[in-house]
Amino acid sequence: MYQQAKYDEPLLNEINGEDEKEISVDVPDKLKRKSLNIPNLEEWQVVRHYTRLSQMNYGVDINTYPLGSCTMKYNPKLNEEIAKWFSYLHPYQEESTVQGALQIMYELQEMLKKITDMDDFTLQPAAGAHGEFTGMLLVRAYHEYKGELEKRRNVLLPDSAHGTNPASAAMAGFNVIEIPSNEKGMVDLEALEAATDDTTAAFMITNPNTLGIFEEEILEIAKIMHKNGALLYYDGANLNAIMGITSPGIMGFDIVHLNLHKTFSTPHGGGGPGSGPVGVRGELVDFLPVPIVRYDGEKYYLDYDVKHTIGKVRSFYGNFGVMVKAWAYIKRLGGEGLKNATIRAVLNSNYLKERIKGYYELPHKDLRKHEFVVKPKNARALDVAKRLLDFGVHAPTVYFPLIVHEALMIEPTESENKETLDKFADIMIQIAKEAEENPKLLEEAPHNTAIKRVDDVLAARKPVLTWKDKR
Amino acid sequence: MKDMDDMLKYLGMSSWEELFSDIPKEVWKKGIDIEAMDEISVYRYAKELAAKNKDIFDMPNFLGAGIYTHYIPPAVLEIVGRSEFYTSYTPYQPEISQGMLQTLFEYQSVIAELTGMDVANSSMYDSHTSLGEAARMAYRMNRRKEVLVPENLYWEKESVLKNYISGLGMHVKKYPLNERGMVALDELQELVNENTAMVYVENPNFFGVIDEGVDEIKDILGKAIYTVGVNPLSLAVLKPPADYGADIVIGEGQILGNPISFGGPLLGIFATRKQYVRKMPGRLIGETVDADGRRAFVMTLQTREQHIRRGKATSNICSNEALCAVFSVAFVAYYGANGLKELAKKNMDNARMLMEKLRNAGFNAPIFDAKHFNEFLVELPKNPHEISKELLKHGVHGGLPINAGCYRNVPNSMLLATTEMIREEDMDKLVSALKEVS
Repeated sequence: MYQQAKYDEPLLNEINGEDEKEISVDVPDKLKRKSLNIPNLEEWQVVRHYTRLSQMNYGVDINTYPLGSCTMKYNPKLNEEIAKWFSYLHPYQEESTVQGALQIMYELQEMLKKITDMDDFTLQPAAGAHGEFTGMLLVRAYHEYKGELEKRRNVLLPDSAHGTNPASAAMAGFNVIEIPSNEKGMVDLEALEAATDDTTAAFMITNPNTLGIFEEEILEIAKIMHKNGALLYYDGANLNAIMGITSPGIMGFDIVHLNLHKTFSTPHGGGGPGSGPVGVRGELVDFLPVPIVRYDGEKYYLDYDVKHTIGKVRSFYGNFGVMVKAWAYIKRLGGEGLKNATIRAVLNSNYLKERIKGYYELPHKDLRKHEFVVKPKNARALDVAKRLLDFGVHAPTVYFPLIVHEALMIEPTESENKETLDKFADIMIQIAKEAEENPKLLEEAPHNTAIKRVDDVLAARKPVLTWKDKR
Repeated sequence: MKDMDDMLKYLGMSSWEELFSDIPKEVWKKGIDIEAMDEISVYRYAKELAAKNKDIFDMPNFLGAGIYTHYIPPAVLEIVGRSEFYTSYTPYQPEISQGMLQTLFEYQSVIAELTGMDVANSSMYDSHTSLGEAARMAYRMNRRKEVLVPENLYWEKESVLKNYISGLGMHVKKYPLNERGMVALDELQELVNENTAMVYVENPNFFGVIDEGVDEIKDILGKAIYTVGVNPLSLAVLKPPADYGADIVIGEGQILGNPISFGGPLLGIFATRKQYVRKMPGRLIGETVDADGRRAFVMTLQTREQHIRRGKATSNICSNEALCAVFSVAFVAYYGANGLKELAKKNMDNARMLMEKLRNAGFNAPIFDAKHFNEFLVELPKNPHEISKELLKHGVHGGLPINAGCYRNVPNSMLLATTEMIREEDMDKLVSALKEVS
């Protein structure tokens, strides 16, 4: 069985180092710093400290990481290597000295257009949620330009939406209205039609949705929006399910954000950096943030001349280092490779679902895309998740989407084969049996990780947020 | 793959197309027209593109303006390159993610030490979005709608700020700087009123000036929130903003150990006082115990965040810049307090050396009569954009060109940054080239 490394590793400031020294610096006396409480260590002390900590951390390089809606696919090492070659470029360098970097951005924009069938892209947003926020600012600017922002105050989204959707819409100043799902796990069309009128600014949806179910009525949804003068927004978190099969453009979406750190294999870095390019169609291209990289036949340049631009949503040009990795990934796979990744991801998901559905409840319909949601028959989702860790696999996303109680949201991605999926399924089945025969095993899990189950109530009740706080 | 047929058979399917039978035929796509390349070809192609760029090792470069080219010690790269760190997701399962959680807790602690504040979050996207989030937080604290910013706030930062606050109906107003390039305190005082949500002050500011008035601002603000933007390296030698009354401290964390990487990924620093923690955006790591009573770390106070609070969250941020925070804490640990102080001093000494060389060559530098950190304005006799291009012919890249008229009291000039990556010979090269093209 699995056993994670377990060190009693001190905090950085608990490691003994050299004493602090005073130095004389040319700053105004009243603004001079007196002391700085950061330890003075040798390089080997620092490297050992963080190497030990890294060994108490689980990454996709270790084993299966089936977090639903997170697309934890393998991160090819080629991409990591290439990104290093662009480390020491400043974004304000003269264009003639950064032609290679600009070409990568340009080629990435062009490739994303081909994948999504949108007319233009900005690479500026730093993450998926930041892309959503940018998209909502575009919705705002578009309706303002049309003189309709005063009345178009509402953004609609399904009750299965990612939490970032309502948060992004609200941040851009919209009211958020949730549309219920029907018994098949898809948007209730009647409810959507009834809620849509000239107060509607946009409808945000991911397709397939967070249940892993394809919204079969997507063309009808697009029609309802456009008939009412509203825009259709594609949350690209689940793009891994449709690459090369269909696209947001074909489905009638006006604005789309992608997650380079999900679909295009760039590593998640323990929470980030990501990158959330936003693509648009038609009139919306005139509202994109500046600059956009263009090519005049001889050289690449930064175009700040966008007619009704919303300005900037982030400094410089976005998370360039992440773009380089996604660029390398797409170049390597090509269109056919991307399509095969999607086919494999959907096959893996359905195979895994089929293997475990006798042991877990599968609400709604059977055929899923790249992910699916089940619930335990006789245990809490949290306990199943914790028990999974004991077997050296990461847990799925739990308690999401909110419309399924005790949800386990499972996305195996294409980076698994039948053998590793069978192993995972066997573990899931064993846990379902343990829940029956020896529920304590689940309730007291995990046993094999660096620490036992954490007390998160204590953490929130009496927050200790830095080493300056004492418990 | 060879197992595909078995798996399809298990599903009772005869072809992969059946996996997509729920997708209406009208929306099927005829493939993606992108050619695949083998691994070596991608490697070679990327090498060719990299060779089209001139980075700081190919040509000395005096650009800064918010992000800076510092040396990244290989020990830092080695730590961040641990794939247990960089291939992990957000630590939703704390028991199997203690390494990242403790590291981010240490990052929060290091930022709290540098800024003097009680609490720092585990990262925002960059300093610009940190400023936007700070203004939104100020609104949550006092329900006021005007944000006062310095007249030399760079237009890009102002644009990001405006986009962040437009949904709240907030707006931006500028306050003037005095003849030394510092906050004009009397004028600021007149502008502060019951509509002022927040006053934003940068120290050192966009012109590199260390502002000597920062400790006289808190007293004139009343209920307005005092937000200070910092260069975190400068805090190795400068008084922490908490000591002069800051309510929120933001800054660009890239400076601490992150590659400049053509402008991203970067790292937004965000710190505040403990009493405001529940109004704060972004992820927080807290200390707690496990079932055996051992010290443990976990994401906490999550009821502020989008996955719980949805439309009522303090921010929509989800993916952040966690790995950049690992860069930063490893960098700070590598240097230690003493090393950071020496590094800050080296940056300042370089600025002073370059100023002197420029003055000896007949240039006005710095334009403002003030102490500067590692960046300053040099006055130029003609269009600085032209000069910037001409400098390239002399094998040196200048700083950020600033046209006369962009800022009150600033003539044609260039904003020059001097980190520890700048050698004396680089300065000589710049000065003689500037002389020649001016």
